[in-house]
Amino acid sequence: MGVGINVEHLNAWYGTNHTLQDINLNIPANHATALIGPSGCGKSTFVRCLNRMHETNPIARATGVVKMGEVDIYKDASPVDIRRRVGMVFQRPNPFPTMSIYDNVASGLKLNGFRNKAILDETVERSLKAAALWEEVKDELKKKSGASLSGGQQQRMCIARALAVDPEVLLMDEPASALDPVSTSKIEDLIFQLKSQYTIVIVTHNMQQAARVAENTGFFLNGKMVEFNSTDKIFTTPSDKRTEDYITGRFG
Amino acid sequence: MSLEREPEPSSSLTAPLTQTEATQLHAPAIANFVASAEPVAAEGPPSPIRQYLNGCSNGGFADKSFAALMLVCALSIFAIVLFILTILIVRSKLSLAQFGFGFFLHSGWDPVSGDFGALPFIFGTLATSLLALAMAVPLALGVAIFLSELCPARLRAPISFLTELLAAIPSVVYGLWAVFVLVPIMRDQLGPLLLKYLGWTGFFGGYNFGVGLLTASIILAIMILPIISSITRDIMQAVPTSQREAVLALGATHWEMIRTGVLRNARIGIVGAVILGLGRALGETMAVTMVIGNHPVISKSLFAPGYTLASVIANEFTEATGDLYLSALIEIGLALFLVTIVVNAIARALVWAVTRGAPSRVS
Amino acid sequence: MNSNPLPIATPGGDNGPLRPPTDYQSRSLRLNSIWRYGVNHLVTGLAVLSTVLVIVPLVAILAYLLYKGASSLNLDFFTHIPAPVGETGGGMANSIVGSAIVLALASSMGIPLGIAAGVYLAEYGQGKMLAMAVRFTADVLNGIPSIVMGIAAYSLIVIQQGHFSALSGGVALAIMMVPTITRTTEEMLMTVPHAIREAALGLGVPKWRTVISVSLRTASPGIITGCMLAFARVAGETAPLLFTAFGNQFWSFKLNEPIAALPLQIYVYAISPYDEWHRLAWAGALVLILMIMVSVTLVRIYAGRGALKGAS
Repeated sequence: MGVGINVEHLNAWYGTNHTLQDINLNIPANHATALIGPSGCGKSTFVRCLNRMHETNPIARATGVVKMGEVDIYKDASPVDIRRRVGMVFQRPNPFPTMSIYDNVASGLKLNGFRNKAILDETVERSLKAAALWEEVKDELKKKSGASLSGGQQQRMCIARALAVDPEVLLMDEPASALDPVSTSKIEDLIFQLKSQYTIVIVTHNMQQAARVAENTGFFLNGKMVEFNSTDKIFTTPSDKRTEDYITGRFG
Repeated sequence: MSLEREPEPSSSLTAPLTQTEATQLHAPAIANFVASAEPVAAEGPPSPIRQYLNGCSNGGFADKSFAALMLVCALSIFAIVLFILTILIVRSKLSLAQFGFGFFLHSGWDPVSGDFGALPFIFGTLATSLLALAMAVPLALGVAIFLSELCPARLRAPISFLTELLAAIPSVVYGLWAVFVLVPIMRDQLGPLLLKYLGWTGFFGGYNFGVGLLTASIILAIMILPIISSITRDIMQAVPTSQREAVLALGATHWEMIRTGVLRNARIGIVGAVILGLGRALGETMAVTMVIGNHPVISKSLFAPGYTLASVIANEFTEATGDLYLSALIEIGLALFLVTIVVNAIARALVWAVTRGAPSRVS
Repeated sequence: MNSNPLPIATPGGDNGPLRPPTDYQSRSLRLNSIWRYGVNHLVTGLAVLSTVLVIVPLVAILAYLLYKGASSLNLDFFTHIPAPVGETGGGMANSIVGSAIVLALASSMGIPLGIAAGVYLAEYGQGKMLAMAVRFTADVLNGIPSIVMGIAAYSLIVIQQGHFSALSGGVALAIMMVPTITRTTEEMLMTVPHAIREAALGLGVPKWRTVISVSLRTASPGIITGCMLAFARVAGETAPLLFTAFGNQFWSFKLNEPIAALPLQIYVYAISPYDEWHRLAWAGALVLILMIMVSVTLVRIYAGRGALKGAS
């Protein structure tokens, strides 16, 4: 079940570079929210602030309030706790090369000490089914290495891995950008199906993708959030001229 | 309260629940199990996974301890070097107090009468090391040039593997071979030959028993050759291809390209490699001890026996009677320690300057 | 003026790269070109000659070892301790076992310390001044003559205990293993792609667990290689053992007593006046070098595969 995210006055820096400037945003639960904008505008940084991955970079810094439900993720919880409740899928698939498919999907649990084999088996099956990968790999779960799948399959396995820990929020940073069109459409179908159970935030370069899968869209430009509204409204009647320029392709 | 869900057909998902306060734990929608009998919140029990993960420690303490442990281990490297320095100074105090700095300028070494002077060892170490360098550097450069520029690709791996094998042979094995092969050659064939053709230089006088400065220098040269050669190769490979192409485009022959495009750019690093070889030669113990004759004299002849700083420690440490004797030997060890540190530091700095901190091969 | 030393394209056709241009050129330019190409060939010849001169001693040493040592390698050699002076037979079994004990001791101390220091450099120390200082100090430690390590271990342990021991020998060798292992561990950990560390952190795995189960696990082929290299290097070291382990003519399994070691025994036999002991020295040297060569070759093979395996 998803949970809503409330962002107030979020600022982020990489060293002296003020990457995010005063972001205020309300991401509704159980909906898919897309974040669009030109390269380098801070969308990825924003998403990484939502699960405190931003601070794994030694020169990174963030201030502001980010609330998941009632929990201020910077003050009320540790990064590890937050990351266990928020799943993340990265731009390039990053399966663990030394682990089998089974171990990859179960890694979020096994690496945290979970030992119950029956539940692990069931969780792996469930997650792979949710990620629409089960039929393709069910016979070779423990024999094949996670890195030996195709790009699209790897990304779906990473999604399964994120789902296996039963998160409340799913963050996706351009999940299909490194994939071919067939895999991309499979992943978009997936997001469409998953969004009713999780709160999904998806960063995308592809405006058509945002229009296809998300109910709400936010437009980022140069570290500021210019506009946030329902996808319909953003793409048909945007309130800000910059949004309109970006959508109609005048820049970006 | 238990919650049961009807299993849906395989790939579609169950209907969503109504939204609730976020802090309460929510049952997963894609669920197929019966929750446990414990009392739960209104919307359904958390899955075992969520329960487990929420209850799992967040590793804060473990993280800090682990990081601290790694830091301590890294700092221990400082501790080791500092410890070695301290213990050497402490244990040579006796000798330092007795002889002062003149210890290194005095050429007598007679433990029986308490006369200790390190000059013969300094001479022996310098003579053998420099002679070894003179023999090894041209050969090492030749091998490096051959392997990195001239060698056909298929031969490269085997030949470079062979030169690395030279580096892997232990010192005592080199010494063993030198004692039974090199020494007789020096005594019976090479020595007379050198005397015949180069005797006029005055460096080949006196008796030739096979053991002596020259033999030690030869085996030392063989031993330091691999390290000079492999680091020179690394440095030559670090020179960008654009430099080579620029010289070739001007119409240079292959050797001219190597000379101006590669060696000229790499010369600082090559000097560093040579100094590294020197550092290795200064500290080399076993092979030298076995063929240098172990006689604390300073002589002009290369056939004469000699003694190096490392050899005297190796030979006399276990038989040192009396605290002063031991202290003198440890003072020699201190000198060796300091000299090799300085030499190696200079060499590494030079090599680093050319390869810009790329991790160098530790050999 | 034909003082331009660079060859000009000849309209008379290309004579090929190895032959100096002929017609159309002035005599001095021709001579200059002949000289330059001549030097080129000379240097090539010298380079080949150097390589041959380097390979020859290697082959000579290995062949001679094989020739002198192989005949003495019988079962007795591996099972008996040295016979008393004047008697034939006997072996170096105690030295082989002794070496194994001292090396096991050294590895148990040096490998964990080296790997931990390498983990610090790669995972926690990135960009910090302290890390640079540690790296530099490790290189310094690597260059210290091994006999000085022996003095240090002697002062630390032998003097305190009042006798030579396997423990002190192990400590001396452990100190020598640490810099090599630290550097290779760091290098191997740096080849682990940052993306999979992020994947683990994103799943809520604490950093320490990420380092162990993801970084170290992925880099383990290379790290094991580094440990094997360090092991092979100290296996042949004699100087640090001269006044720590000291050597022992008989069986010894206790850590607090002097113990025999293969390189040490080879040295003692080589400088002795007895032919029988010389024979044993050759055999021992052959065993030692075979062991080291096997390790180095394994490392070469393993590192070739490991490098591909670890990358993703």
